[in-house]
Amino acid sequence: MTPSPDVMIVGAGIVGAACAYELARAGARVEVIDSGLPGGGATAAGMGHLVVLDDNEAELALTKYSVGLWHSLAKELPAAAEFWGCGTVWVAADEVEMAGALAKLSVYRQNGLAAELLDERQLYEAEPNLRAGLAGGLLVNGDAMVYAPVATRFLLEQSKAKVTRAAVTSLDDLKAGAVVCATGAMAPALVPGLRVRPRKGYLAITDRYPGFARHPLVELGYLQSAHGDSNESVAFNVQPRPTGQLLIGSSRQYADSTASLLEPMLARAFAYMPGLRACSVIRTWTGFRASTPDKLPMIGRLRDRIYLATGHEGLGVTTSLGTAKILTAEILGYAPPIPAWPYRVERFDV
Amino acid sequence: MKFDVAILGAGPAGLAAARAAGRRSASVALIDDNVTAGGQIWRGAPRIAVPTGVRFFPQTRVFDLRPGFMLLTESHGAMEASRLILATGARELLLPFPGWTVPGVFGAGGLQALVKSGLPVGGKRVMVAGSGPLLVAVAAALRTAGARVVGITEQVPLGRIVPFLAKYPAKLPQAFALRARLLGVPYWTGTWPVRFDEGMVTLSGGRTVAVDYLACGFGLVPNTEAAQLLGCRLDGGFVAVDSRQETSVAGVYCAGEPTGIGGLDKALEDGERAGAAATGQAVNPSRGAFVRDLAAAFHLDPRLFDLAEPSTVVCRCEDVALGTLRPYREWREAKLMTRCGMGPCQGRICGPITNCLLGWSAESVRRPLVPVAAELLSKDVLQP
Repeated sequence: MTPSPDVMIVGAGIVGAACAYELARAGARVEVIDSGLPGGGATAAGMGHLVVLDDNEAELALTKYSVGLWHSLAKELPAAAEFWGCGTVWVAADEVEMAGALAKLSVYRQNGLAAELLDERQLYEAEPNLRAGLAGGLLVNGDAMVYAPVATRFLLEQSKAKVTRAAVTSLDDLKAGAVVCATGAMAPALVPGLRVRPRKGYLAITDRYPGFARHPLVELGYLQSAHGDSNESVAFNVQPRPTGQLLIGSSRQYADSTASLLEPMLARAFAYMPGLRACSVIRTWTGFRASTPDKLPMIGRLRDRIYLATGHEGLGVTTSLGTAKILTAEILGYAPPIPAWPYRVERFDV
Repeated sequence: MKFDVAILGAGPAGLAAARAAGRRSASVALIDDNVTAGGQIWRGAPRIAVPTGVRFFPQTRVFDLRPGFMLLTESHGAMEASRLILATGARELLLPFPGWTVPGVFGAGGLQALVKSGLPVGGKRVMVAGSGPLLVAVAAALRTAGARVVGITEQVPLGRIVPFLAKYPAKLPQAFALRARLLGVPYWTGTWPVRFDEGMVTLSGGRTVAVDYLACGFGLVPNTEAAQLLGCRLDGGFVAVDSRQETSVAGVYCAGEPTGIGGLDKALEDGERAGAAATGQAVNPSRGAFVRDLAAAFHLDPRLFDLAEPSTVVCRCEDVALGTLRPYREWREAKLMTRCGMGPCQGRICGPITNCLLGWSAESVRRPLVPVAAELLSKDVLQP
């Protein structure tokens, strides 16, 4: 019989894979278990946008730290992971939003992040397919994109963790020094009462239109959609793949909303990029984000030897690497690389 | 627009269904992608006509189907129907061999369709290669259009074709009539192309033949995507139907190749049954065995699945070679890791290829059924 591992990770998405990678690098014997394919759940359903967000200090700290880790990892990633340091263009529709862009610029600069304010003309030079009459935007240079399923597989391979395909019904039954639940929006099935709700998102992908969009494009009102708690919301969020295909997002809705947000989401995208109307959509799909009440992840000990790494909302791919560093430090008893208290599990009652 | 019965596909099965449903109902819609009725193979034949009283919607692509039933079309918006008959036909099975993606190589039915829409083949040297009765029909049509058909290769050995034809003598006049139009054209059985390079086809056995075009078709793959989108149960890759052609979803009928590859006569019988059943008329029982016998007679030689080299492209949309796919165990895993099947055809071509070469089966179907302008997907048809 093989000895039980130091750490058993439940969930082979990008977060579980990053945790396996980091724990293994720290010397732990790690195993991973998932009922599905590695990187085949929410990891595959998302856009793979690596983005620094600044809704609050804790989010800024974790996203900034994590995007930096992605840049360090980039040269090791296989070509199929399609790491692309493309930056992000935040689009300001009017002068009010332009003031928001200016405020954002100052926050990013204060935090040592490269960013450039774009006036109306510069926005057009950067993205000629945006509609006329927009006020400008903010280019955040350090943001990037990655094809997350391949990155997930790479992290798992590097960890040399045994990956088992099987369903888990009880965390306590798993034999390991520590058990990490990294099952995203499905975590409440293993941790009853956990304050994580599935938040559905639609996405569409088009045929190839090289050069149609050159950066991930996000409206400045996006944070409202991501961090507000409205039952249904859409935001303009269009991202080019390296092939020239366009990913069109984004929408958010909780389980009690059954409406299709595909239509309003596309309508929102057309309002910013009218030329998208004629682009051929080849596939649409949905995925589920793991949403906590404060939209920050839960990283750390739940009880005894059970740990959590879930609740990443729309930032699972971005913050997976930072999450793994924080969790590894906690499990192995090191000091965390960034202050970890904002993400601690006990901020909510289970 | 609201109809008692909507029929998807105006090939033989769809036309027969329209005829049968039209006997009882004055509210029948027949919908097809193409300009004229008749289907991929028989389109344009003189005896094909849309029954009077049936509303025909040519050049109308259905990109989504909703329960109830709602059909979302590119050119006519949303259409409603109480009953639905899926007569969506089949597409060609293409198999990869070195050179199969270079210019000059076509699907056999694909080349025939191009010729119908005006591609000149006069004087061009064409080889038709693959398997199944359609090869001969395609070769005859190409010759009529002026092509020099330099040969037909059929992967089945002659020893299996003869007993099949002997069992179905009713098919003989058709076979002889086609053959008569192909006098002087060699018909190589037990033979297949193994390579295409700079206008030269190399056949199994070593013979080389110079051609301008190589038209390939290794049999037919049923178009089951519309049925899958509605949640109809499949059985062995075909849409499961009862003796009245009704699928596992009440009110949805299926006729022709999606329920079993059987060609024209089977499609006509299926269509008649589906149209009758969907309008509450008595239904004739199915005669059955031909589909099984056809599949047995023309079943593919496994050596055909070993022609591709590691560098041979399997997924043309995303440019994924066989060697890139080998490390994976299943379709979805390969799709996630290599993006095989993620391009505009959504695995319609490479899905069946990986089924043959690697034993994988493709997963569920996602909306839209066909690539469609984003604008059309942005209209919420369910809202008033």
